[in-house]
Amino acid sequence: MADIKNSLYNIRLFDELSLKKTPIHNLHPLIKLLTTIFYLVMIVSMGKHEISRLIPFIFYPMLIFVLAELPAYQIIKRLLFIEPLIIGVGILNPLLEQQLIAIGGFEISKGWITFLSIFIKYNLTVTACILLISTTSMLQLSAALRILRVPRVFVLQLLLTYRYISVLIEELFRMYRAYSLRAPQQKGIHKNAWGSFAGHLLLRTIERAQRVYQAMNLRGFSGEYHAKSIKKLNSSDYLYFAGWSLFFVIAKIINIPILIGSLFTGVIK
Amino acid sequence: MHMADALISPIVGGAMLAVSTTVAAHSIKKVQNSLDEKKIPLMGVVGAFVFAAQMINFAIPGTGSSGHIGGGMLLAILLGPHAGFLAMASILLIQALFFGDGGLLAYGCNVLNLGFYTCYIAYPLIFKPLTKKGITINNIFYASIISSLAGLQLGAFSVVLQTLISGKTELSFSTFTLFMQSIHLAIGLVEGLITCAVVTFIWKARPEIIERTNAEEALGSISTRKILIAMVICVIAVGGILSWFASSYPDGLEWAIEKTTGISELEAPEGIHTTLSNIQNNTAFLPDYDFKESSNESLLASDNAGTSVSGIIGGVFTLALIVLIGFVANIFKKRKTKVLA
Repeated sequence: MADIKNSLYNIRLFDELSLKKTPIHNLHPLIKLLTTIFYLVMIVSMGKHEISRLIPFIFYPMLIFVLAELPAYQIIKRLLFIEPLIIGVGILNPLLEQQLIAIGGFEISKGWITFLSIFIKYNLTVTACILLISTTSMLQLSAALRILRVPRVFVLQLLLTYRYISVLIEELFRMYRAYSLRAPQQKGIHKNAWGSFAGHLLLRTIERAQRVYQAMNLRGFSGEYHAKSIKKLNSSDYLYFAGWSLFFVIAKIINIPILIGSLFTGVIK
Repeated sequence: MHMADALISPIVGGAMLAVSTTVAAHSIKKVQNSLDEKKIPLMGVVGAFVFAAQMINFAIPGTGSSGHIGGGMLLAILLGPHAGFLAMASILLIQALFFGDGGLLAYGCNVLNLGFYTCYIAYPLIFKPLTKKGITINNIFYASIISSLAGLQLGAFSVVLQTLISGKTELSFSTFTLFMQSIHLAIGLVEGLITCAVVTFIWKARPEIIERTNAEEALGSISTRKILIAMVICVIAVGGILSWFASSYPDGLEWAIEKTTGISELEAPEGIHTTLSNIQNNTAFLPDYDFKESSNESLLASDNAGTSVSGIIGGVFTLALIVLIGFVANIFKKRKTKVLA
């Protein structure tokens, strides 16, 4: 039940956030998609022991949070939900990679560095995806995919799936509640009802799909989904992409924290 | 079983994306050719159904715990391999964007691991032959379980390979394989049983839904072989080209810089930059992604102590700077909103 509510909340939250009107929301969806992908590539291309070079990359989500007026608390809470997954994968590293290294006089196993690196990368990459979807609506994103020549059938399929997810989750929620009221203190759906529970939902779904198709036909559906036309690329879009790309490239080539650190320790000396 | 961006390398991500795009192009062509326009909304809505069905907690008898389904086999059985694959691909994209389940760069890996093996291997090579002589409850039982098991085993092994080739963790091949395959044996069994229960129910209530898909143009060995050949070529081409770049030029970016500027590393101007970059070169915390390793521990300690201290201090300062800029931007933003109001 918590799962279902949580997913519904997630979708609604990002749906609402993506409708805001801020300078970031007003950018062209294609630009936001490309910037996100470039950011992800930069992060993922870091070596497994890299930590210091990753730190400047926090700047990107930080600034988007502020400029797009996103509720940091709510989004970080979403992030925490999935954190155990990555900790599960990464936590084996300190055990497997026991070679010791010295950092500032302390000796720790190298695996901790690998773990920390994965942990930071994971948070940054997931945040980047979440920021993309909270500043770009699914319709806009689909339009961007069409510009990138993703076939119409796939985009249409994507939009319809997205459109009906919340409808079906709501339906599932009602069924679940009805079931649990009739089967108190039972964890999950009993094996005797496995088929009929999911099967009934599926039958209703298929009937719904038929009604949807008829309704679409009556409204003149010819296989093309007419999304609201999106604005043309303008100079601020290009500037945004160029600016961030430049920053990512610099942060990748120059180890900014080490530079600042050595400047600082150099001054002290 | 979703791969995360943090665990893959750009080469693996890119190669897998190329492969799944090839498969998707094939399935789109097939769907367009055989369309049955009614299938478009059906694909969308059934995709949404599987998304919702993934949230159902099925109580597993005798264990006290509950399991979920991935739904790849279910999609293939309900929609056929092509439409099923496309539906899975869109589910995975929505999961990556809204739920952080698998990333955008790892998208290709996930489409392959969760969609390809079920729709294009397990379904045509196991489910279909087993139900060829006619659908019966027994047939559905064996076919669902064996195909779900096979699909998940292949997917899990693929996860292992992708993770290890990416080299972002230290997991050893044998440990990781053993762990993944055995855990997915249990998951596959549960998935198979649930898939069987749902398919049996639908077959009893509305047999035409299952029969229609099952009777569709047989995928045949030729078409599967074609896809497999295309995939192998794609993997070799993309993987090969990318890793050739990666090996001869340790860093694609450095290579690009060298190409565009003609020098292998950006040269800093004279003066303070030279001093700083000298310091940096001598003391880099993680020069070229590796630690300065030395058998002599005291040397290691004395050599790295200063560096790592500046690394830590630098890291803290960079973070502080980022937070500061964030605060300043926030203040400006609020002031601007106030003025506008």
